[in-house]
Amino acid sequence: MRTAEAKAIEARKVSKRVAAPEGMLQLLDGVDLQVAAGESLAVVGPSGAGKSTLLGLLAGLDLPSEGQVWLDGHDLATLDEDGRAGLRAGRVGFVFQSFQLLSNLTARENVMLPLELAGSDAAGDRADEVLARVGLAQRGAHYPHQLSGGEQQRVALARAFAPGPRILFADEPTGNLDQRTGATVGDLLFDLNREFGTTLVLVTHDHALAARCARTLALDEGRVVE
Amino acid sequence: MNAALRFAWRALLRDLRAGELHVLALALAIAAGAVSTVGLFTDRVERALAGQAAEVLAADLLVESSRETPAEWRNEATRRGLESARTVSLRSVAVVGERTQLVELKAADSGYPLRGRLRSAPAPDGDERVETGLPEPGSVWVDVRLLHLMDLEVGDRIGLGVSELTISRVLTFEPDRGMNVFSIGPRVLIGWQDLAGTGLVLPASRVHHHLLLAGEPTSLAGFTRWLQPRLGVDYEIEGIEQARPELRSALERAGAFLNLAALVSVLLAGVAVAMAAQRHAARQADGSAVLRCLGATRRFVLLAYASELMLLGVLAGLLGCVAGYAGQALIGGLVAGLMGGQLPPPSLAPALVGLGVALATLLGFALPPLLRLGRVSPLRVLRRDLGLPPLPGVAVYMAGGGAMVALMLWLSRDAVLTGWVLAGVLVTLLALTAAAGLLVLALRRLRRRSGLAWRFGLLNLARRARGSVAQLLAFGLALTVLLLLTVVRVDLLDAWRAKIPPGAPNLFLVNVQPDEVGALATRIEALTGDTPALYPMVRGRLVAHNGAPIDANDYPTPRARRLATREFNLSYVDQVPESNRIVAGTWWSEQAPGAVASVEQGLAETLGIGLGDRLRYRVAEREFEVTVTSLREVAWDSFRVNFFVLLPPEVLEGFPATHITSFHLPAAARAGLGDLVRSFPSVTVIDVDALLGHVRRIVDRVTLAIEFVFGFTLLAGVAVLFAAIHATLDQRRYEASLLRTLGARRSGLLRALAVEFLLLGALAGLLGALAASGIGWLLAREVFDLPWQGGGLLWLFGPLAGMAVVGLAGLAGTWRVAGQPPLAVLRRG
Repeated sequence: MRTAEAKAIEARKVSKRVAAPEGMLQLLDGVDLQVAAGESLAVVGPSGAGKSTLLGLLAGLDLPSEGQVWLDGHDLATLDEDGRAGLRAGRVGFVFQSFQLLSNLTARENVMLPLELAGSDAAGDRADEVLARVGLAQRGAHYPHQLSGGEQQRVALARAFAPGPRILFADEPTGNLDQRTGATVGDLLFDLNREFGTTLVLVTHDHALAARCARTLALDEGRVVE
Repeated sequence: MNAALRFAWRALLRDLRAGELHVLALALAIAAGAVSTVGLFTDRVERALAGQAAEVLAADLLVESSRETPAEWRNEATRRGLESARTVSLRSVAVVGERTQLVELKAADSGYPLRGRLRSAPAPDGDERVETGLPEPGSVWVDVRLLHLMDLEVGDRIGLGVSELTISRVLTFEPDRGMNVFSIGPRVLIGWQDLAGTGLVLPASRVHHHLLLAGEPTSLAGFTRWLQPRLGVDYEIEGIEQARPELRSALERAGAFLNLAALVSVLLAGVAVAMAAQRHAARQADGSAVLRCLGATRRFVLLAYASELMLLGVLAGLLGCVAGYAGQALIGGLVAGLMGGQLPPPSLAPALVGLGVALATLLGFALPPLLRLGRVSPLRVLRRDLGLPPLPGVAVYMAGGGAMVALMLWLSRDAVLTGWVLAGVLVTLLALTAAAGLLVLALRRLRRRSGLAWRFGLLNLARRARGSVAQLLAFGLALTVLLLLTVVRVDLLDAWRAKIPPGAPNLFLVNVQPDEVGALATRIEALTGDTPALYPMVRGRLVAHNGAPIDANDYPTPRARRLATREFNLSYVDQVPESNRIVAGTWWSEQAPGAVASVEQGLAETLGIGLGDRLRYRVAEREFEVTVTSLREVAWDSFRVNFFVLLPPEVLEGFPATHITSFHLPAAARAGLGDLVRSFPSVTVIDVDALLGHVRRIVDRVTLAIEFVFGFTLLAGVAVLFAAIHATLDQRRYEASLLRTLGARRSGLLRALAVEFLLLGALAGLLGALAASGIGWLLAREVFDLPWQGGGLLWLFGPLAGMAVVGLAGLAGTWRVAGQPPLAVLRRG
């Protein structure tokens, strides 16, 4: 096993194939990628280009058919599913297009969740602090269905940043929001990213949002095109 | 651990508020409620029934002997908080002037009877009253038959031994009168203080001493344990279960019915829990993926969701226990009046069993679907198309199933009944699955030629083939139970009631001399209109079994010792008597069967007699040996004359015999009985009307109790129906919204849903009727030992009930689906 020190994320010759009714389907084909600690990278491309597949592989949510991925210096292939989950706990944050808040927890409890999973003793205080930072100090006791889309995504941002992750993966974070709300959420995302010094991998269709990242990686039909 | 529990508690509160877990909680509460109601109620009813059965002994426990019981035993009983009383019974002669009459004399000390009451009247036709005491010193209470036989009146004096006593009242009822129906002459009851004065109890007299005991079951059990090693061969304990075989069989059958109700409730609630848990797990899949994504381990996810369900189990279980407590109090109050007084107070243990059952049901039925949550891929947060992982392997189901079987065994304490219920459920499930699969296949062909609503409805059923089969299975199972509990139950209970038909014999005539048989039969026929069967009876003693001389010490139980050494009533017949059934071996043919015998199954088991065994009997100083060629099952509750051992005529003809018969004498013809008694003075008349009424009353009350208890099983069936409807609610809601978006009208959607549910109901009803008939037949034949006529109406009633119940419940469950704004539903996905 070798480690890719100083690099938050590294992917080498990563390919992903899945079985489909018409035969094997190539989702990713030999993708090489390095993201330095604190760097922000936008992954862009048309629908079906393999952006979300790549994000899943980089975050250790899935394993590649070929190639290797290092996350925060750990070779993901050497870890089992629980090992990869343990690696993510407190270290990796996520923001999704569909928010993915747990409907049976309040906004505050949603934010506390990753803190508790990482073994934090002061999850409640920290959650209150971060909720206040995203402007939702008064909405902590609300359940997700009682919040607007923009508010839900801000709770998701608070949840992602609360444990102070080293790496943040964001999958179309403004895709489900209207333009104005999307812009507000985008601003908040980048502000927080700066404050926390987090490494950011952002999958998006939104070129304006992508442009705010330090670097852009374009994918088409599973390959890096620029 | 703490984080998982915190998560579980928060999720539970939220899910409860949002109505996410209502069906699951309801099913669990019904399981706990049904079991605790059944447990609490049957516990109380069984104790009440045992109390009534105790009346037949006049005590809870009896120590019987030909010798006086040691004073130490009575002291020990008192020390343990038990009530005690003594009686002495002996056969004696009552003398009035020149006239004598054989009587059954009983002397009782204060406290007798410990269970039940004596009743007496001031004159043969006087008003009966319940007695709290015993005859005053110097007086006797006598059976009305003694007055008839000796031409006496109340106030006359009769000689008993060396004393002379005054008849002060007519004894009309003794609770323990039926104890030895075949040996009693007219009863004469005196107080304990007058016994010594009769001079009848001498060291060599044939006297039966009884020590009667009553009290708390635990004290009785403790006393029995203390007494057992002190009994020796001279004393014998008799409990309720040894008293009267016909009563015992009534209680055993009642137990079988009530246990069946409890078992079916648990299984049904389990099915409802499994379905609701399946839906819950499916709805938690996204949450589980998010948790994994945020770094939760598989253990955390499992622990969190399992804890949520276990917390729910405890809450719903406690709720069910409270409901069970209220339910049993309600029906207990209703039944108490019919059971002649208050039921014993409920005990705590059966209520807690309800809680245990809720948790075990959860483990057995909800665990397998829940285990899938641990294996949800975190990738699901990005790819919603990733389905739930496959259900866990056979091992998990085996473990869950094993837990349920253990629970059922523990609840029923009857491996045979549990085995039949399980086999019935398994076979039913397999048969229902196969039949449902075929029906869904047939629907595919049908849908091409039908109108729009029909096409949508049929399309829905055919397209979701696996889901439709599963729903048919659930509805079919629920309807099977509903049909079993409505139609089949009534048939079974009627068959049971019919076992003691209104015309069951209420009079036994014993000691009929051979030369009286013809004349007596004619007189009985004149009285009743029926020709009575008079059976010859030869008294013989068993002297050897397979060549080995009979020694009481060779038998392990007092009952076996007593049965082996007492005189047998042997009889000879050509044909298998009515209410007898050969269960092993063959009946003798009419052509010279040789020296053979047919033995009653229970006696054979007690004495270790098997087919082919040789039994040597001594009758009137002559001995003969017979080989056992058949074992019989005897319906003791038929109240007909029955014998433990039957022989072919050629073996016993020529031995001195008396005859015995039983017949039903309607109340209107009672007046003729006196003439009959006077015409045949040597014949002993045993009137079992009171006893028969008692047993019939018990059967009626138990039937009522069972009806109530089955009501709760019915509720569990309804829970299954709702769980099955809820199981597909999400998918239906989504599909209905899509159709609405595409322009479908609400009325059209509702029509399609109606078609789907009515069709599902009709098919499930048909399957249910099929399964209920099969199970009813099996239960009647193998468990309850009753004739099964088969519910002919099932085939019509099943599909109709299915359409009504599933159709209505289905539409009620999905009514709002067709009316919801499509966008809101589609957004939620």
